[in-house]
Amino acid sequence: MESALLVHRLHFAFTVTFHYLFPQLTMGLGLLIVILKSLALWKNDDRYNVAARFWARIFAINFALGVVTGIPMEFQFGTSWARFSRFAGGVIGQTLAMEGVFAFFLESSFLGLFLYGEKRLGRWGHWWTAFLVFLGSWISGFFIVATDAWMQHPVAYTQAADGSLALSSFWGLILNPWAWWQYAHNMSGAVITAAFVMAAVGAFYLLERKHSDLAKIFIRLGVVTGFIFSVLQLFPLGDQQGRLVAHQQPVTLAAMEALFKTDTAAPLVIIGQPDTVLQKMDNPIVIPKMLSFLTYRRWEAEVKGLDAFPRDQWPDNLPLLYYSYHIMVGLGTLFIAALLVAVFLLWRGKLFESKWMLWVLLLSFPFPYIANTAGWITAEVGRQPWLVFGLLRTEHGASPGISAGNGLFTLLGFMGMYLVMGILFLFLIRRELEHGPDIQVR
Amino acid sequence: METLWFILVAIMLVMYVVLDGFDLGAGIIHLWAARTEGERRTVIKAIGPVWDGNEVWLLAAGGTLYFAFPMLYASSFSGFYLPLMMVLWLLMLRGLGIEFRAHLEGPVWHSFFDGIFSVSSGLLAIFFGAALGNVIRGVPLQADGYFFEPLWTNFLVGPNAGVLDWYTVLMGVFAFLALASHGALYVATKTEGEINSRARRTAAWTWWGIAFLTVTSLPITLNIRPELYDNYRAHWFGWLIPLMVFAGLVGMFYFRSLGNDKAAFVSSSAYLAGMLGGAAFGLYPTVLPASTDPRFNLTIHNTASGHYGLSVGLVWWIIGMVLTTGYFVYLYRLFRGKVTASTEGY
Repeated sequence: MESALLVHRLHFAFTVTFHYLFPQLTMGLGLLIVILKSLALWKNDDRYNVAARFWARIFAINFALGVVTGIPMEFQFGTSWARFSRFAGGVIGQTLAMEGVFAFFLESSFLGLFLYGEKRLGRWGHWWTAFLVFLGSWISGFFIVATDAWMQHPVAYTQAADGSLALSSFWGLILNPWAWWQYAHNMSGAVITAAFVMAAVGAFYLLERKHSDLAKIFIRLGVVTGFIFSVLQLFPLGDQQGRLVAHQQPVTLAAMEALFKTDTAAPLVIIGQPDTVLQKMDNPIVIPKMLSFLTYRRWEAEVKGLDAFPRDQWPDNLPLLYYSYHIMVGLGTLFIAALLVAVFLLWRGKLFESKWMLWVLLLSFPFPYIANTAGWITAEVGRQPWLVFGLLRTEHGASPGISAGNGLFTLLGFMGMYLVMGILFLFLIRRELEHGPDIQVR
Repeated sequence: METLWFILVAIMLVMYVVLDGFDLGAGIIHLWAARTEGERRTVIKAIGPVWDGNEVWLLAAGGTLYFAFPMLYASSFSGFYLPLMMVLWLLMLRGLGIEFRAHLEGPVWHSFFDGIFSVSSGLLAIFFGAALGNVIRGVPLQADGYFFEPLWTNFLVGPNAGVLDWYTVLMGVFAFLALASHGALYVATKTEGEINSRARRTAAWTWWGIAFLTVTSLPITLNIRPELYDNYRAHWFGWLIPLMVFAGLVGMFYFRSLGNDKAAFVSSSAYLAGMLGGAAFGLYPTVLPASTDPRFNLTIHNTASGHYGLSVGLVWWIIGMVLTTGYFVYLYRLFRGKVTASTEGY
């Protein structure tokens, strides 16, 4: 803990990981609430409004935590990563400022109306506020992902005499291909989290024999959207993301797969423990030739291993990268399997009576959170040792004058605050679940 | 182009102080002006639909500052590391205090959240005043454009000053009073009865403090940073700003004694805008003066983004601001008029 750089990295990693527990639900739930509000209008059925009202309260609690834990993220670019900000601010200042101007104003203006204006606004007015809140959160997501995508795959810049970067093409930045695939992959992940949470609450109510009418709506919507997006998440979204990494960051791919030696017809490791000292895989369970095929669409293709790259370009935490990537992919595959069974039972009209499947749905809600978090760890640890891939190393990005002591002081402060906030959050969510849906506008 | 962005960022910061200033001020007077649960709920409802949008002006101004003057963002945010982190904690506590109040019933919970809301509002006002004080006093910038300030050293204004010294603390107290008064006038426009008369009384006695500090802080400030006077000497139109400050101050007193809360609130807004505008006008083109050596001053020229980026930013900024103005006009019109404890919302 004497290294200021390590403290700054832990500071950002901790605050951003905690933060993203909330937006991944609200971005996905925003879409599901718009679907509920649309169904209410389309079928002229007030049960969907009741369902939307219940989820709006869950949304509000998550949104409040997402907002307050999000503010420190933007500020930390300046406080802890000043040299990075000076280096890259001329480019990514665009996307970060646009997030404030286009997303935050929209969300904050219409959230209060959405939460408390149902009577005042009428059916269509309220649908619009739900839509605008959803739109704001998805715009916000885009600009943040576009910023990260630029750090993964820097484009549209020129270097000034003092070494800092300046924007050279606005559309080049916005249309960065990495940004759009990463955005789609990320948002689909957010919808999966929300779908699982919705289905889990529905399963909980059915198992408790409470609010069964609404519980069935929750389960139906959660299972169907969850299944659609889980499939999309694997193909084409995850597959495209993987191919981008393979082509633009081959060293990251080698580290994600813990492929120490360059190999033709490389196998895909499903489970196994990488040994970074002896540079081999322990206890591997593999699918032969699969890695070559997935990466290059040829069974015999050569995949570059870590030995093809100088040591100082390897991601600096290989086991964490390897595990987070495999956890993400493994869970993503299990989601498809579980939801396929659930959709099949729903189609045959047996889902609501299948107690075991309801239990599966109830207990599985933490896993999409884990998968989304693991995905972001894969992206960020995989980019190491670079802060801006190929241009700025992480150790050159931190603020020059912040000592480890000052950094640890605020890191401990954030840990304490987030612990209390996390407890309060769970308490409030439990209260809402206990209270259940309101038939009338509260 | 840099000058234009200096003005635009300054306008966004003024918008922040005028708009979020009134809900911070409402927070400052919350425990005193609103005594019963009904009254406190009234204050929360008066700011409930708008406070989050107001606070976004700070985030958007921060983002725009990052985009237009990345070097200034990097230097000032890392230099003010500790106070900024504390501002973040206060902003978080305050946001949760307001939002979670509606989710938990019971007098103990409500007192808990009211206390958090009020204390964090007051501390934020003091921090913001002290921040402005630091920018005016100057910070120990080094040749590489960076600095680091501890929270305090010996409380003296000098090259080894901390974030807090007697001058910046004075500015903190000043901001506390100015925003308390601003918030009191806002609460007065939105309420009736007992709470309205308490808010008016708060505005009445804080006015004397503000008037006193306005008059005394001017010579002190010019003594600490005489260069602030240069732009006023060079450009006659700069004198319109002190005129606006004075008019605002007089207006606050006059309209309040007439019982016209709205006009008094507008006067207070003009006063705050004038004070900040006056500081910005005096500082230009410096954005962060160095207390070490004037050659290390950060100016709009040595901190700005590339020309192309600034030009293209102007297009989306204008589009974004037109949209934002639309949202705000719609929102404030929808929630215009007095509120009571039984008004729908929060």
